[in-house]
Amino acid sequence: MDYEICIGLETHVQVKTRTKVFCACPTEFGAEPNTNVCPVCLGYPGSLPVINEVAIRKTVLAGMLVGAKIAHHSKFDRKNYFYPDMPKNYQISQYDLPLVIGGTVEYDFGVVDKKRLGETKVCRLTRIHLEEDVGKNFHFERTSGVDFNRAGTPLMEIVSEPDLSSSDEAFAYLTALKEILIYGGISDCDMEKGQVRCDVNISVRPRGQKELGQKVEIKNMNTFSGVRHAVDYEAQRQIETLNRGGRLVQETRRWDDMAGVTESMRTKEHAHDYRYFPEPDLLPVSLNEAWLAEVRKLVPELPSAKRKRMVGRYGIPPYDAGVLAADAALADYFEAAAQASKNPKSVVNWVTNDLLRDLAEAKLAIGQSPVKPPHIAELVELVDSGKISSKIAKDVFVEMFKTGRAPAAIVAEKGLVQVSDTGAIGKFCDEVIAANPKIVADFKAGKEAALNALTGQVMKLSKGKANPQAVRDALRGKLSG
Amino acid sequence: MGLNDLTIHELAGRLAKKEIAAADLARDVVARTEAMEPKLHAFLEWNGGELLTAARDMDERRARGEVLGPLAGIPVGIKDVLNVQGHSCRCGSKILQGYVAPYDATVVAKLRAAGVIPFGRLNMDEFAMGSSTENSAFGVTHNPWDLERIPGGSSGGSAAAVAAAEVPAALGSDTGGSIRQPASLCGVVGMKPTYGRVSRFGLVAFASSLDQIGPFAKDVTDAALVLGAISGRDPNDSTSVPEPVPDYTKALTGDVKGLKLGLPKEYFIPGMDKEVDAAVRAAVDKLVSLGAEIIEISLPHSDYGLAVYYIIATAEASANLARFDGVRYGSRAKDAKDPLDMYGRTRGAGFGPEVTRRIILGTYVLSSGYYDAYYLRAQKVRTLIRRDFMEAFQKCDAILTPTTPSAAFKIGEKAEDPLTMYLSDIFTVNVNLAGICGVSVPCGFTKQPKLPIGLQVLGKPFGEATILKVAHAYEQATEWHKEKPKI
Ligand SMILES: [Zn+2]
Repeated sequence: MDYEICIGLETHVQVKTRTKVFCACPTEFGAEPNTNVCPVCLGYPGSLPVINEVAIRKTVLAGMLVGAKIAHHSKFDRKNYFYPDMPKNYQISQYDLPLVIGGTVEYDFGVVDKKRLGETKVCRLTRIHLEEDVGKNFHFERTSGVDFNRAGTPLMEIVSEPDLSSSDEAFAYLTALKEILIYGGISDCDMEKGQVRCDVNISVRPRGQKELGQKVEIKNMNTFSGVRHAVDYEAQRQIETLNRGGRLVQETRRWDDMAGVTESMRTKEHAHDYRYFPEPDLLPVSLNEAWLAEVRKLVPELPSAKRKRMVGRYGIPPYDAGVLAADAALADYFEAAAQASKNPKSVVNWVTNDLLRDLAEAKLAIGQSPVKPPHIAELVELVDSGKISSKIAKDVFVEMFKTGRAPAAIVAEKGLVQVSDTGAIGKFCDEVIAANPKIVADFKAGKEAALNALTGQVMKLSKGKANPQAVRDALRGKLSG
Repeated sequence: MGLNDLTIHELAGRLAKKEIAAADLARDVVARTEAMEPKLHAFLEWNGGELLTAARDMDERRARGEVLGPLAGIPVGIKDVLNVQGHSCRCGSKILQGYVAPYDATVVAKLRAAGVIPFGRLNMDEFAMGSSTENSAFGVTHNPWDLERIPGGSSGGSAAAVAAAEVPAALGSDTGGSIRQPASLCGVVGMKPTYGRVSRFGLVAFASSLDQIGPFAKDVTDAALVLGAISGRDPNDSTSVPEPVPDYTKALTGDVKGLKLGLPKEYFIPGMDKEVDAAVRAAVDKLVSLGAEIIEISLPHSDYGLAVYYIIATAEASANLARFDGVRYGSRAKDAKDPLDMYGRTRGAGFGPEVTRRIILGTYVLSSGYYDAYYLRAQKVRTLIRRDFMEAFQKCDAILTPTTPSAAFKIGEKAEDPLTMYLSDIFTVNVNLAGICGVSVPCGFTKQPKLPIGLQVLGKPFGEATILKVAHAYEQATEWHKEKPKI
């Protein structure tokens, strides 16, 4: 039978804030165990949470970026379960009134196959809510310990609808989501630091069937490639089970990366009853229009929109626009240069070829570039106006990157201005004609290519400064005269 | 008579004039506490030396010419449910054995800023669950008026310590009557402020949406002084309210002429003790003679209060007390096989029977399939109870009721019957559910044995000044507050 796979993802993303979500402890990574803690994030008796407004703002911003509805009234709830890494043995989360409702994420198949670049699909989101992270358990030979530095770090849980139908789609969705969150400054999405983790809900159903099949949840995946492998394995397992005439049960499974298999953790009968109830220590969240308007100002243009706009506005190739749009800082750099220039197409070549190459070699980010956007525009103008040749321009760029100076200043100092003066060019031409009688004869005999050879000699003599077109014109005039 | 027998406002004048030193007062407080504690057991611990040192510091500050407020140098007893930095805070429970508070509760910090010297850890029902202090893991506190009887609870230690003049004032916490009921049974003034009036930061939570900290004092003026010092918005407690804090003593004019006082018919019930009924009615007459106007009112949903209270309070408690698991502080069962085993054994050994009962009840009412029938329904009825009060306050400035249906009962009398015990909060729980304020003030005694009776004055949200005015006018027109237990 032909089966359809339905995948929904619950993605937990660390919200980028300086301090934790309910106390003033820093969120920095890698500190000595239990040093970024206080009575609040340790769940000490009598301590109370106070909401970090930045965490709310960034969650709302994320909602705006995915075109979701922002809840004017929201609240926090207690999710009750016992675990040693949980300071209070309840997690402050959001149950029935999340901050963000709905939204969509458009993903591009180019990330799974370059040839499919531009082929996109949309995954609907159910909701986004804010909650606190837990600590981390460590197991030693005979004892266990808990590091609570991470406890209370703000997490956004982004829940998708079961719209994804393959491991490729799951991967492309996660990649697009990550790009959006980094773009909005909402999260660094640093996988190494565990800033993105997700639970995968997966079921299969005979193609054409409306109802979803029996759902299986795979908990706590922390790499995108892991999600891909786990989905492939689990979908296959479910299909094979059904084909054998077996039955699937609603359960929670764990992905064993070493063995490459999923294994059962608990079935529905043993599912937790989280006993959610409204958090009495926090007031409900009311977001007024003025506050929302302030957040709306922070909404940046997303990569796909930016790509389309730049192609239209600057007439640059879609591929180049894609390269630029993938990095907001790079796109900003390009636009600053392009807006100062009459020739954006030439600007994009300098930025995506020469500049990116040299930055990569020097291990510099775009923000650290010694060459500033107006200098790129100025360089393009020097070439376009015929002041320097393209060849000279390459040398000037090397100097610009080395010293950070303006190209016009470099050209003036080194005397690189292209010679268009007919008197000077005429002198070089006379010299070359006199020294190359054979080539001159060839030209006169009708060999057009001979002119190239003579032009090259003149250029050499002028140390590259002569304007090649002016040289050709002068040679032609002298030889036909 | 020692300095410990004086009120704060009497002491403040003499301290300011340097007729007495804070160290003199401290010495009398320690002497009285040493003499009383073998009989009362109001304190779980106290440190006389520490009090004396702090008092001498305060005297030096005064000698240097520092301008100090009326509470400077006054020792105030602190219920064991409030964090006082560097001290134990066991909440009357074995499970917090060994825990040392790493910070001051906001109320403690505010009292210190006013020059108060926090003194000792006062006994209480375990995690403030109870009405008699019999649920303390460290022994019952005795009522100073009759040592065979309970002082009320859960803040029984606070009430007994003030009634026996061990301390001039004390702090307690009130979730369903835990300040007003023991104040009534011990013959002192006890005040539960409006929810949000006083920061809960540092108060070990029993039921977060009901808990409020408040003062115990020998008279209304002292209660007003302490309330003023602990009130106000706290950035560490999101539920505290940015309502300005008036000087509550300014309201104590003695003038109640024209004030409308409501008598809710639901609070004068057939089963009530006759002497209590008579004392409260006499108190009402006294206020009428002072010029107040009495109107009959109705609070129709009053009867549902206890049921609603035991659902909401236990639900919140089941989560609030989940943190006592042996992982980070307090006691921990030895040689546990795994975390689950550790939780079970730590909590099984650490919590007493009443706390265990309430955690189980609270877990049940929140469970999947039962939530709507219990917790959600209770929240809806809670809204109705609050609405009853709000409607009543359209017609009157304050409400008068008995604080408790009877005077102090004997130790052990109700210990085996939790339901009868719960009934002693019948006149106080609705105030917490509605989030309004209330004060209990002495209004007489039973004859044989002689036991205190309390009048409860209830006010609208942030109406503390009004109810203190009423309580003070009544107090000043009577002699009840001058009677002291003879132990
Ligand atoms: Zn913290």
